[in-house]
Amino acid sequence: MRHLLSIADLDRDEIGRIMELADSFAEVGRRDIKKVPTLRGRTVVSLFYESSTRTSSSFELAVKRLSADLVSVKAAGSSVDKGESLRDTIATLSAYEPEAIIIRSPHAGAAQLVAQWTDAAVVNAGDGKHEHPSQALLDVYTLRERLGELDGKKIWIVGDVLHSRVARSAAQAFTKMGAEVTLCGPPPLIPRGAAEALGCAVTHDLSELGEADVVYALRMQRERMAESFVPSLREYVANYQIDERRLGARQLLMHPGPVNRGVELSAEIMDHPNSLITQQVRNGLFVRMAILYELLAGGERPRGAREQGAAEVSVSQPIGEPA
Amino acid sequence: MRRIASLDWRGTGSAPERPVIVRGARALDPRAGIDARHDIVVRDGEIAELAAPGSAELEGAEVIEAEGLVAVPAFFDPHVHLRVPGREDKEDIETGTRAAAAGGYCGIIAMANTDPPVDTPGAIDSLRERARVDASVPVGFVATVTRGMRGEELTDMTELAAAGAVGFSDDGLPIRSARVMRRALQYQALAGLQIALHEEDPELSGGGVMHEGEVSAAVGMAGIPSVSETAMILRDAALAGYESARIHVQHLSAAESVEAVARAKEDGVQITCEATPHHLTLTDEAVRSLDARYKMNPPLRTEADRQALIEGLRSGVIDCIATDHAPHTRQEKEVPFEQAAMGVTGLETAFAVLYTDLVLPGVLPLELIVERLGSGAAAFGFEPASLKPGSEANVTLLDLERTWEAGAGGWESRSGNSFAAGRELTGQVLATIAGGEVAYRQRSFAMGVAQ
Amino acid sequence: MNEKVVLDRDDVRRTLVRIAHEIVENNRDAQALAIVGIHTRGAVLANRLHALVTELADTEVPLGDLDISFYRDDLGERPTAPVVHASHLDFDPDDRTVVLVDDVLFTGRTVRAAIDALFDYGRPARVQLAVLADRGHRELPIRPDYVGKNLPTARGERVFVRLEEIDGVDEVAIADAAEPVVAGKGRDER
Repeated sequence: MRHLLSIADLDRDEIGRIMELADSFAEVGRRDIKKVPTLRGRTVVSLFYESSTRTSSSFELAVKRLSADLVSVKAAGSSVDKGESLRDTIATLSAYEPEAIIIRSPHAGAAQLVAQWTDAAVVNAGDGKHEHPSQALLDVYTLRERLGELDGKKIWIVGDVLHSRVARSAAQAFTKMGAEVTLCGPPPLIPRGAAEALGCAVTHDLSELGEADVVYALRMQRERMAESFVPSLREYVANYQIDERRLGARQLLMHPGPVNRGVELSAEIMDHPNSLITQQVRNGLFVRMAILYELLAGGERPRGAREQGAAEVSVSQPIGEPA
Repeated sequence: MRRIASLDWRGTGSAPERPVIVRGARALDPRAGIDARHDIVVRDGEIAELAAPGSAELEGAEVIEAEGLVAVPAFFDPHVHLRVPGREDKEDIETGTRAAAAGGYCGIIAMANTDPPVDTPGAIDSLRERARVDASVPVGFVATVTRGMRGEELTDMTELAAAGAVGFSDDGLPIRSARVMRRALQYQALAGLQIALHEEDPELSGGGVMHEGEVSAAVGMAGIPSVSETAMILRDAALAGYESARIHVQHLSAAESVEAVARAKEDGVQITCEATPHHLTLTDEAVRSLDARYKMNPPLRTEADRQALIEGLRSGVIDCIATDHAPHTRQEKEVPFEQAAMGVTGLETAFAVLYTDLVLPGVLPLELIVERLGSGAAAFGFEPASLKPGSEANVTLLDLERTWEAGAGGWESRSGNSFAAGRELTGQVLATIAGGEVAYRQRSFAMGVAQ
Repeated sequence: MNEKVVLDRDDVRRTLVRIAHEIVENNRDAQALAIVGIHTRGAVLANRLHALVTELADTEVPLGDLDISFYRDDLGERPTAPVVHASHLDFDPDDRTVVLVDDVLFTGRTVRAAIDALFDYGRPARVQLAVLADRGHRELPIRPDYVGKNLPTARGERVFVRLEEIDGVDEVAIADAAEPVVAGKGRDER
């Protein structure tokens, strides 16, 4: 794996490998010393054009626990604010010879473009409404932790699918792991062609919600009311809010965060014993460590002078193998 | 009907210096029923004679050895953005007309959505004057329908016509107000010129950047539904019918739109329309790559839409091919898709793309493509090019065997945002004669002079 | 491929029994012992040694295993990221004598990585090293406390340790230098 740009690029085996790696990093997380020297001396750049607490802090801690050096750029207050183009920003940051660039952008395809402009491994931390692959991977990991293999499991993704990169990535990831996904939301918020595009069933009401093993609620932004996607907050809550009434005793609840309490989830439901929301956040760290390990612990990308030294040694014997 | 060379260009007012003989090519003019090998003799700006191959002799003539090549009536593009005034960093009259000549075009019509927009007689005057110095091929300039393209007040249409505008268009934007549209159509009776329309309903297009469909659902970008275009076409066709006016619908993209135009024609509405090479050969599947070279308005739509456009071109519902040549700088295109400017260049690759993707696979015959590449002139009241003796000499020389990589040798256009860049294409323009002058010759194609 | 078996099934068994005796003799306070195997075959050997030592010392000795992938010194120089097995260390190594177990001792780099990994779990009082075979060519100052068999080898030669639990047979074999090793195939020597 050279980059992590989208779930669309991954197959079931690759996802499985990340899951196994994440297990190892979960074990590291149970030790007293939660850090490993694996990526010592490597530089990772984190470039966040959109504000985020959850994802950026998760990636930053992942980098640090792997002992790599982190350069963290947040768009506000940077040269980006002054109109510097993405391309120029990448060129500037390339002076640090980063081995990986983690990027979040409000525009679809940004991570892909960055991958064309740099030798570094690129991790898509969310690009517009397109994909959020690390979120989908931690969601798969969280579910497997709880349910084992996902084959045949029914997962409902409820809410504003149209504007959700999490929905796009998660629907594809769950499907690749064998689950049956249903998208549910108000008609203006389920994109036309979503069923064919994502290989899911589509419905507009919660009447069959009881058949789901997992209910994955999406954030419902208040701005959507202003844009006339739904008539009012009250309408949305009445038709789509997940609360104690709607969530069955054996159904698991997930949410990518941050939650709009009282909108897509009732205030009480978040403390429900079947809520996996805190596990999702905790697992995000391990999954992101696994992603960075998978991208950087192999030596696939060109790294100039480093290459020569490596080549000499590899020919004589595999280093590290000998005891 | 006016002659194309009566438009403004370097050759305006001056007699062509030398006669030209195009020797031994297959002369192909479907409209005139000509398809045979000839020596084409060009003199005083006209086709003087179609002689038997190898027989023509004329002292001082430039001889173009064209054995094995095909000579067709040169093409005409009724929809080009020259970006003058205001964005000469992307294109200007000189580079744009050179690009046109390189694509086999003997005439183009330039749109008015410039900076500032072309909405005064003074602006038209100034452009025409520049064209007389800089243009390699004749250029017609349209003026906007509304002042400043604000969609509120009509421009002084009769004055603009008198100043030499060849038509009106707010292209780049639709005319939102039905009331303003109706007034323009009523006033057309006085001004007497074609009104070309960019059809979409901004309320339905929203912030869309691509076709609304399965692909947009998959990639998470806002979509522009086909109905945005069709609804507007239906409105304007009804208005044109009601006011007995004529309209030209630009860059058709959707199957439903083809249907709407067909019905309007059946109802007797004076409506013509065009389709672009990119809409005829690409679909929204290309946008999955999130490559901004496939971002334009109207967007690339589905295969079903593409097939409907091809059928419309075949049946004649779609009257002509127009490139909607829209140059943009690298900074405006090498950015994330949603941020990129909309539009692609097309003059230099139009024929080759259509030949490679539609003629060679047997979808449409060469004769049809040749005819539709030239018929855009008629929509604006110009006589389409012809090889018939006595016609204005507008000839394009094609090598149908040659393969070339689009953009490999650079572009005549100042901008390189071509949807076909890097593609291996078959069929190349080797020379273009406009108004009797050799406006373009392909770099590696040599020419001699007879003694 | 020219292979010579230098330890057969019986040799392996006898060797492990002898090592178990040596471990118990050298560590009067069996309560403070712990055995930790280095993946992959070291963990299998550790498992066997653990059974033997527990019986000899007549006391429960904790058993763990370590995957050293995260501590290797050659990451980024192999074409693919090394496969990671899980580590399991469910006891507190503090104040214990931890006996690391591996199949072949060669340059010493794997043991160095294992010591680093072990110290991320806690602070053992002592660390000892038991290996089934020592083939020489040390690149680090690492020495074994318990050796099954000394196998002088040429650098280019390959040593194969095969264990019933993984390979279906117990034996140690030496082979000639071969064509360039294909990464990941025939993980024979370390």
